[in-house]
Amino acid sequence: MTKIFEVPLYAYESSADQASALPVRHQVIVVGAGPVGLAAAIDLAQQGVEVLVLDDNDKVSFGSRAICFAQRPLEIMDRLGCGQTMVDKGIQWHEGKVFFDTRQVYGFDLQPEKGQRRPAFINLQQYYFEQFLVDRVRGLQQQGAAIEIRGRNKVEAVGTHPDHVRLEVETPEGPYIVEADWVIACDGAGSSMRSMLGKDFHGRVFEDNFLIADVVMQSDLPSERWFWFDPPFNRGQSALLHKQPDGVWRIDLQLGWDIDKDKEKRPENVIPRIKAMLGDDIDFEIDWVSIYTFQCRRMERFRHDRVIFAGDSAHQVSPFGARGANSGVQDTDNLCWKLSMVIDGRAPETILDSYDRERTQAADENISASTRSTEFITPKSDMSRLLRDAVLDLSAQFEFARPLVNSGRLSTPCIYDGSPLNSADGLNGPSNTRPGAPCPDAPVGDGFLLSKLNRGFNLLTIDADAPDELEVDGVSVKRLALSVKDDPSLALKHRYLGEATSAVYLIRPDQHIAARRDSYEENAFRQAILRASGKE
Amino acid sequence: MTDLVLTPNIPQPDDFYAELVATHESLSKEESDALNARLILVLANHVGDNTVLKQALEAASQGARHPLR
Ligand SMILES: Cc1cc2nc3c(=O)[nH]c(=O)nc-3n(C[C@H](O)[C@H](O)[C@H](O)COP(=O)(O)OP(=O)(O)OC[C@H]3O[C@@H](n4cnc5c(N)ncnc54)[C@H](O)[C@@H]3O)c2cc1C
Repeated sequence: MTKIFEVPLYAYESSADQASALPVRHQVIVVGAGPVGLAAAIDLAQQGVEVLVLDDNDKVSFGSRAICFAQRPLEIMDRLGCGQTMVDKGIQWHEGKVFFDTRQVYGFDLQPEKGQRRPAFINLQQYYFEQFLVDRVRGLQQQGAAIEIRGRNKVEAVGTHPDHVRLEVETPEGPYIVEADWVIACDGAGSSMRSMLGKDFHGRVFEDNFLIADVVMQSDLPSERWFWFDPPFNRGQSALLHKQPDGVWRIDLQLGWDIDKDKEKRPENVIPRIKAMLGDDIDFEIDWVSIYTFQCRRMERFRHDRVIFAGDSAHQVSPFGARGANSGVQDTDNLCWKLSMVIDGRAPETILDSYDRERTQAADENISASTRSTEFITPKSDMSRLLRDAVLDLSAQFEFARPLVNSGRLSTPCIYDGSPLNSADGLNGPSNTRPGAPCPDAPVGDGFLLSKLNRGFNLLTIDADAPDELEVDGVSVKRLALSVKDDPSLALKHRYLGEATSAVYLIRPDQHIAARRDSYEENAFRQAILRASGKE
Repeated sequence: MTDLVLTPNIPQPDDFYAELVATHESLSKEESDALNARLILVLANHVGDNTVLKQALEAASQGARHPLR
């Protein structure tokens, strides 16, 4: 049977651009059709921007790579029109077990916070994630949106000019030149866009190798995350077992530094390792296997004039904590509304620097979190291992030690504290909804808050008055009027009011909060809208 | 009477753990052992309650994977 990641999804076709005497100019070219490039293209197309995606391949991710998608990215997928498909296909889980040596030290239950449309996370193969995004691209095309993917179009050279970017693209029929007003480089960790522009990519390599295998097996093991520290079947190392849709299980085995990668990848070496872990009598088939060395690094700046980097090309983290694809789609969520406003003249170009400011902050958080997990999982000194083992030993008996056990902290969105787009906090409200924070979901009426937000800027009023529409220097803002009575569970009140009795929130198109006050005050909000659109 | 706290009590556990490991960075085995000894004495003084300290000694002994003599 052919696997879904072996079927061409956007096969090569000649385009008129290749025959054109003069290079054709596009509004935006996205380089790379991974999860991040596809999300960027859909986001822009939904906002009426013309966008072309170039990818040197014609298929989804080879093998799964990412499996765990967190709540905030799923909410972004809702905005992009594919959240429900992903959640329907994905596996929801909330329980897990931690093993140390020969015993289970504890089990946990990450009960999701109630009153939110999306679960805390789902497990879904990256190839499905990408396939659903490509389906969405096809859907937009049918509706007439100006969005195109060109497979087997490899960017080979880039030239930057004051008002455009020029790309040389290699295809099966030979090279051609194409231009764009803006380029988003989503060409992954080994980004050739980055090296062609001679940009840095600093950070650290963890001196360790991990065997990542996806196996198909019939098993009644529960949908739980099982993590082993120093188990008998992989002495001195770690192991992970996690379930994905279609009876596929993810296995991660730490192998250490001095190994022969090609040898370890051969079935005759992989199969005994998996049998040692799962037991001799379990029948399984290997779907995909690969060996990785992990790194944590990022570019110093993500914006280089008209070339903007997003996803793994801009920053790379170790997979503990599932922050790669999850943070990459938050990059494009942050970037696309700003770029679309710049393109149609509603915001100055300098607003793009806030992308750099906000997303490098997020990248630093992600790098810090995944570095800490990696340190705990693969201690790099004897003392670090001694402390780690002490924590694990204590965790079997004492609850206090469990928060210290770090087998990966799940991706949470960054709060853009100190962003130039934020206005001073004017509400004595909950800290989680301060300016810079992403809007937490809450039940309202027969649905959920996030699905009720309008596509552009919103003025969310809770038991407060405000105009239904506002236009400030070309930026229009629509009101969403709610009352605490809309949510008998009081989640809306707890998340947005706290002690306050009323509130007005200015919410950006990426659903991050730009300003809040206890009531509508015309001047303050006009000022906040100018600020949030990069005009101050 | 106060009791030894055995439920999670450190607001930012990951921050604390990272600092703890960082404090040991680039120390030799002897230096690290000595640092741990000093750390225990500093923390014990902060606790300042013999009953609680005795409970802590017991908890630490019980936490071992293999029974201590
Ligand atoms: C084992 C493993 C487990 C992981 N688990 C998770 C997880 O659970 N959750 C999570 O969020 N993340 C996870 N990740 C990370 C995740 O896979 C990446 O962060 C994600 O794929 C990055 O997406 P991207 O679109 O930026 O880059 P990529 O997916 O790498 O896509 C880049 C695209 O650009 C194309 N390209 C490259 N060069 C050119 C060129 N010159 N011209 C044209 N096209 C080009 C490539 O063909 C490719 O399609 C994991 C990674 C690994 C390795």
